[in-house]
Amino acid sequence: MKIKKVEALQKIANDIRINIVKMVYNAKSGHPGGSLSCADILTVLYFSQMNINPQEPNSMERDRLVLSKGHCSPALYSTLARRGYFSEEDLKLFRKLNSNLQGHPDMNKVPGVDMTSGSLGQGLSIANGMALSSKMDKKGYRVYCILGDGEIEEGQVWEACMTSSKYNLDNLCVIVDNNNLQIDGDIHTVKGLNKIEEKFESFGFKAITVDGNNIEQLIDAFDRAKMTKGVPTAIIAKTIKGKGVSFMENNASWHGKAPNEEEYIQAISELTGSNANLL
Amino acid sequence: MDDNKKIATRQSYGEILKELGKENENIVVLDADLSTATKTNIFAKEFPNRFFDMGIAEQDMMATAAGFATCGKIPFASTFAVFSAGRAYDQIRNSICYPNLNVKICATHAGVTVGEDGATHQMLEDISMMRTLPNMQVYSPSDDVQTKFIIREISKTKSPCYVRLSRLATPIIYDDNEQFELGKAKQIGDGCDATIFATGVCVAESLKAKENLEKRGIFVRVVDVYSIKPIDKETIMKCAKETKKIITVEDHSIIGGLGSSICEVLSEEYPTKVIRLGINDTFGKSGNATELMDYFNISSKAIEKLFE
Repeated sequence: MKIKKVEALQKIANDIRINIVKMVYNAKSGHPGGSLSCADILTVLYFSQMNINPQEPNSMERDRLVLSKGHCSPALYSTLARRGYFSEEDLKLFRKLNSNLQGHPDMNKVPGVDMTSGSLGQGLSIANGMALSSKMDKKGYRVYCILGDGEIEEGQVWEACMTSSKYNLDNLCVIVDNNNLQIDGDIHTVKGLNKIEEKFESFGFKAITVDGNNIEQLIDAFDRAKMTKGVPTAIIAKTIKGKGVSFMENNASWHGKAPNEEEYIQAISELTGSNANLL
Repeated sequence: MDDNKKIATRQSYGEILKELGKENENIVVLDADLSTATKTNIFAKEFPNRFFDMGIAEQDMMATAAGFATCGKIPFASTFAVFSAGRAYDQIRNSICYPNLNVKICATHAGVTVGEDGATHQMLEDISMMRTLPNMQVYSPSDDVQTKFIIREISKTKSPCYVRLSRLATPIIYDDNEQFELGKAKQIGDGCDATIFATGVCVAESLKAKENLEKRGIFVRVVDVYSIKPIDKETIMKCAKETKKIITVEDHSIIGGLGSSICEVLSEEYPTKVIRLGINDTFGKSGNATELMDYFNISSKAIEKLFE
């Protein structure tokens, strides 16, 4: 049973990856690298972990997700569409004039987007405000916040960590998409990040390190986060930037550019295992 | 105007916040380690579970307030103006105004009337920065009665708001039952020799000037522009048509503040010469608040001089 569930989620994550590549190709711009790296995280959250109902995207009781690394909107939009919040047809309008699917997520335009994001470093503070509201109202909803590993160079993230810890937000789960690359290169070369897990631990989090492209390990980590009482959890998800498309993997130049036609065809064939149904 | 009863608008803010807290349990208050100065400590004492001291982390405070607002809370976030509009500008822009979240930013210690702390703490650009943001409403009350009225009114709206409050105690201008309206200005007197458009701490100064000028046979009206955005175009145009001279006075840079706002309205609708009193493209400095108002030509003396 469990194996079947994992296989089903892997298949969904692959569908999401296909749509990420299609969206960025159609838009002739966007951020494929970090979107592909966090596809498994979003899949596990929206298809296995979160208490949500696509028919009631504004329910007060729902779990919330803040995609603090908002440039990875293709991953979030593809996940929400696959989960049934809106039609997958809409994905074709990504980044086009007057589209609901803006370059970075807009909570007032897209059902299922719990918070507008784009300017890095702000999402964890926002997630804290949500988690505090949940506690005050005794609603019991959980709040998830996905941070990029480059993003945690922003000082506000650590201001927010102190807040999560001060208020014992055990209904909060931070996920660091730790793909080790940012626009200018290796995260440890661009800025002295040092040990991410130890940083979160010293800020009062329970830190769990997993293979962030492994569905089973992710499920296990989220389950452990739910059982953690009294402190917030940070999952350090070791991922591969560009995961699933050979020439994009571990290559910082695919942070924010679209594939050309030839590259597109290759990417889709790798993800689908065939050349059919390309455009 | 009662010169003997002076109160700082930050104090009025703290007092009304406590009242509102009793009436609406969705109100939460955030501060960044300045609650004794911003007067949110009055609310904190009464409602410790709805008060969040975010520490010296203004960016975190503004974005946390945004998170509260997404869940139906009515957050009031306070710190000094320079650390609100300035330090946390990007959080206000991208996480509050762009998603149009119901966050009330009540910033104290605006302008040179902060006094002795000097330039780093004297915010002179906040009206300019805040009014340029889509969805944001900007208020700059002049006395105790008006501050309480405005804070109560904005707690009922669903829009991001910026309220500019002062450290300096100023006279009570209005009767307790005076009514105001968001988006309107308050005309005081109907003299036709000049209109003095003033905001915040400069309204009391303008009224003092009005009185002194009357003794010299010069009759001016004062317009208290407490609502900077939306702005009362109708009153501005009416006064420009009815009076010989237009003067603006503000404890803020003349670039982008009240003076600019008045000029924008008039240049489009009824081109008129405007004399702007305010801080003229310079930083503030240490000194006593009253001395500084004279030094920077935003006191009653500076206004009266324009008629010599």
